[in-house]
Amino acid sequence: MGVVRPFDPRLIRHVPAMRRDVALLAVLGVATALSIVIAASALAKALAAFSVPALATFVAALGARAVFTGLSGVVTARMAATVKAQLRGELLKAAGNAGPVWLGGQRAGELATLTGRGLDALDGYFTGYLPQLVLSVTVPLAVLLTLAFADVTSAVIVLLTLPLIPVFGILIGWQTRVATERQWRRLRLLGGHFLDMVTGLATLRAFRRAGAQVAAVREMADRHRSATMKTLRIAFLSGLALELVATISVALVAVPIGIRLLSGGLTLGTAMLVLQLTPEAYAPLRIAGTRFHASMEGLTALDQAFTLLAAAPTAKASTPVAGFTELVLKDVSVSYERETALSSVVLTIRAGDRIALTGPSGGGKSTLLALLLGFVTPTEGTILIDGVDLSTLDRPAWRSNIAWVPQKPHLFAGTLAANISLGDPDAPPEAIDAAAKAAALPHDLGIVLGERGHGMSSGERQRIAIARAFLRDAGLLLLDEPTARLDRVSEAAVISSTIALAEGKTALMVAHRPAMLTAATRVLHVENGTVTELPTPALHPEPAGDPATAGVIQ
Amino acid sequence: MTRSGTAGAVVARSEAVSPSVTVSAAGGGLLRPFWWRLVGAGLLGALTEAAGIALLATATWLIMTAAGQPPLPALTVAIVMVRALAIGRGTLRYTERLASHDAVLRIVTEVRAKLFAALTTRPLARNADALSRMVSDVDAVQDAVVRVALPFFACGLIALLTAAGGFLFGPLTGLALAAGLLVTAVLVPYLGYRLARSASAQLAPLRAAYAVTTVDVVHGAADLAAYGAAARYEAVGAAQAAELSAVERRLARRSFALDTLSTIVSGLTAAAVLLAAREQGTSLVWAAALTIAALGTGELTLALLAAARKLAEIQEPLRRLGALGISLRPALLCTHRDSFMQPAVPLSVQSKGVEQTVPEVRLDNVSVDGRLYGISLALPPGHKVAVIGPSGAGKSTLLQVIAGAIKPDHGTVTPTVAEFTVATGLMADAHVFHATIEDNLRIAKPDATDSELRSALDTAGLTEYQIDVLAGEDGAALSGGQRQRLALARAILAAPPVLLLDEPTEGLDPRHAVAVLRSVLESARDRTVVVVTHHLQSLDRLEFDEIIEMDAGRLLSLSRNH
Repeated sequence: MGVVRPFDPRLIRHVPAMRRDVALLAVLGVATALSIVIAASALAKALAAFSVPALATFVAALGARAVFTGLSGVVTARMAATVKAQLRGELLKAAGNAGPVWLGGQRAGELATLTGRGLDALDGYFTGYLPQLVLSVTVPLAVLLTLAFADVTSAVIVLLTLPLIPVFGILIGWQTRVATERQWRRLRLLGGHFLDMVTGLATLRAFRRAGAQVAAVREMADRHRSATMKTLRIAFLSGLALELVATISVALVAVPIGIRLLSGGLTLGTAMLVLQLTPEAYAPLRIAGTRFHASMEGLTALDQAFTLLAAAPTAKASTPVAGFTELVLKDVSVSYERETALSSVVLTIRAGDRIALTGPSGGGKSTLLALLLGFVTPTEGTILIDGVDLSTLDRPAWRSNIAWVPQKPHLFAGTLAANISLGDPDAPPEAIDAAAKAAALPHDLGIVLGERGHGMSSGERQRIAIARAFLRDAGLLLLDEPTARLDRVSEAAVISSTIALAEGKTALMVAHRPAMLTAATRVLHVENGTVTELPTPALHPEPAGDPATAGVIQ
Repeated sequence: MTRSGTAGAVVARSEAVSPSVTVSAAGGGLLRPFWWRLVGAGLLGALTEAAGIALLATATWLIMTAAGQPPLPALTVAIVMVRALAIGRGTLRYTERLASHDAVLRIVTEVRAKLFAALTTRPLARNADALSRMVSDVDAVQDAVVRVALPFFACGLIALLTAAGGFLFGPLTGLALAAGLLVTAVLVPYLGYRLARSASAQLAPLRAAYAVTTVDVVHGAADLAAYGAAARYEAVGAAQAAELSAVERRLARRSFALDTLSTIVSGLTAAAVLLAAREQGTSLVWAAALTIAALGTGELTLALLAAARKLAEIQEPLRRLGALGISLRPALLCTHRDSFMQPAVPLSVQSKGVEQTVPEVRLDNVSVDGRLYGISLALPPGHKVAVIGPSGAGKSTLLQVIAGAIKPDHGTVTPTVAEFTVATGLMADAHVFHATIEDNLRIAKPDATDSELRSALDTAGLTEYQIDVLAGEDGAALSGGQRQRLALARAILAAPPVLLLDEPTEGLDPRHAVAVLRSVLESARDRTVVVVTHHLQSLDRLEFDEIIEMDAGRLLSLSRNH
């Protein structure tokens, strides 16, 4: 969106502490400009007519300039570190607020890259570009003022050529902006391709295709190269123009003053001062210009972060909730981009109902659970919790009523115990131990899992998820194909403990195993986005409530 | 949005290339094809720096000489030079930057391909930061050339030449320049290098810890949200980011102190040169020109400092690349140069159109430490075999041993690894690529006809999608069951003499599962099929010729139906 501005005003809004640092940077910019003028005058004096005080002044002024520059660097580094830390915190928070479905659509990998490497690109913007931006205001001003007093002709030449730098910079910047953004996207795509290939290496090897993929990787990299070179040819053009304006201006000033010296129209001291100061006037603008395209990456990442933060849905709803007696889906439809997952579902769930969901994969069972978790909001219709719209409820409070066993649980880097006690980190060890036992997990809960649970088999992953649900003493149990990866022995164990867990609770269980159906008081068939109530399983001993009210009309 | 334009290259459809050709060059061979591009870029860089210093010195000479009011022709050469250098410097810089980036991006393309080739032959390390590591490791190669080697060469050469120029006017000016440059061009960059190394050592573990948290927060968002743990993990991430920020700030203070030191010494050097020139009686004109040149080296030495810092930053990524056999150093110095000459798992060319005979699969006393113990079995050609047992029994490992993906620690497997294309199929770690369904299938058989693709999908029961549908990141556009059916279809399409299927009907409802398995077994006809499964009770046991039961890495029983 929009032209990338040299300073994003959203920064100040987001990080109020920046205000003080920006002011400090301005003060240092003025001090630097003064020291430049003093150093140049002293050096001109020392070269034209040698004097030790002049030389000493030059050394001192140059030293002061170096110190001010160093301080600007420290200040901008502090700004960069502060902004990164804050944005990282906010992005992680936004990820949590926005919910898993939004993250899935936005591609979780991209966000992970942005909060890490993406934001690190801001270092270049802050420490490299921002100080030059300040200096390109203060230094030309100080130089022009000094020149106006020393030699008006030279001052006029500098004044006329100086604006060429920003003009060229902006003109060429417009050209490069689109190209750079495209390159950034390509870079991310390439990164995605790499990860995809590396993650799938085992599969590629299984079909002896890994070697062949080297060619695909090379082709993607080569496309990246030619795209980058196209961008660079334009991007470097701005550097060329800026450098030419600066160096040619030095020639434009130096040659006339040389000739004027010949005719005696100028003193050597003045001529040397003009020669020393002229390049200084262009330097900050030129450096800022050349660093601009390098800092674009940081600015683009910044823009992305702000856009993401603005776009991330924030759950503002805050009606508290504690348990429920009736859960009603009123004409609920859910559509994703390509397809309709659920259409006009009418369903009443009473506290204590234990519902088995059956039906083919992709039929909408998982969507139904995601709706109740608040991960998915109905495209049409409402979900009422004791008559209150779910979308107005405080999400975390509502979810505290739910124990969830997902199809693909995420395992966290940390101990097995920490993974089980995800919902209650302060749970006593005995409780965690009991939950682990109930889910038929190994006894050593201190073992540390690798990143994303590396080293755990699918069966173990499922059982950890089940243990989580066991530990969470929640009124509503949502299970998604809980026994899909368990062997017969642990399946039997898990089914019996699930039945025990579901006792006295409300449960929705996606289940394929007939054994699971014995735990159910109702069976719903979900297919093609429609929900149909099936007769209660004959093998179940209890009657399934009042048939008049348990009916589900489709 | 990414569908068109890029999808074609996502999965290579070309015939398998013999890896002995792909994975060949090692060590310094990487730079060799680009040698002249690099030398050219280096010389252009040196000329650019020289032009910058010469412009300042010549302009000063011009002014100083003009002040003596000589006849105009005495200045003509200087005037022309000033103008030429003014135009030349920018043009040289532009050419140099294009030349160096073109060279380095060609190298980077090679590195990416080689890195992937190296990874294809290594034991698989499945950590999630492989992406950022690989992308930034490869960036290190780019930096090594553009930001380290070329500036060292160009700026170092010109700084050296400037010092030599000082000696032309006398020993004192020469010594003053040399001493100053010793500090600014050697000592300060060295300190900068040391400081940057310790900075990376401090920052790397913090960044890694933060990255792990990011992965947990982003990829575990659903679990965190459902269990109300999001705030806790976000707080951990925020605390890590804050710690990172504090260390970054502390390091920046030290780092900018060095920049300041460098500029101060440059000023002192210029002053010393002026004093030395007066002392040795150099003319005022040349003394001024030399002083300005000395001051001009300040820009060179700051560039050297930046290059030294960059060098420190890229040490670790370059070392990691080196461990994979990718090195920028000449072969003579490269210590890892042969490390991927011998692939850990040999790859072979996909056989095409040749009907392979179905072999007998024999395992003799096969053990894999901690997973399989003394397995012996013989599967006659064409047999349909089910392997059952609790999770963790070693069923998947057994399958991978037969496939040749895992080498047994003891015992022998026939067909041997060399005849590796014989046994393959749907393994436990099957991956659905971010590509179309068609491309995902063609991995198994690049030259498959459309009707072959269709029939594989039909057999696996995945009929609800067009084959040009994008499967999405980590197969996210498909449900769990659909992903499994896609992976199954791929295995069916591969049609190896020995078809291995690890939980082929997982995530399918039982009725569906039986139908799919029947059609898979039927389509296999007289080829051998080995199916690993947890729940045989729902299947018709009579579909199989043999049932192998496993537990704790051992064969429990082997029952034969016929």
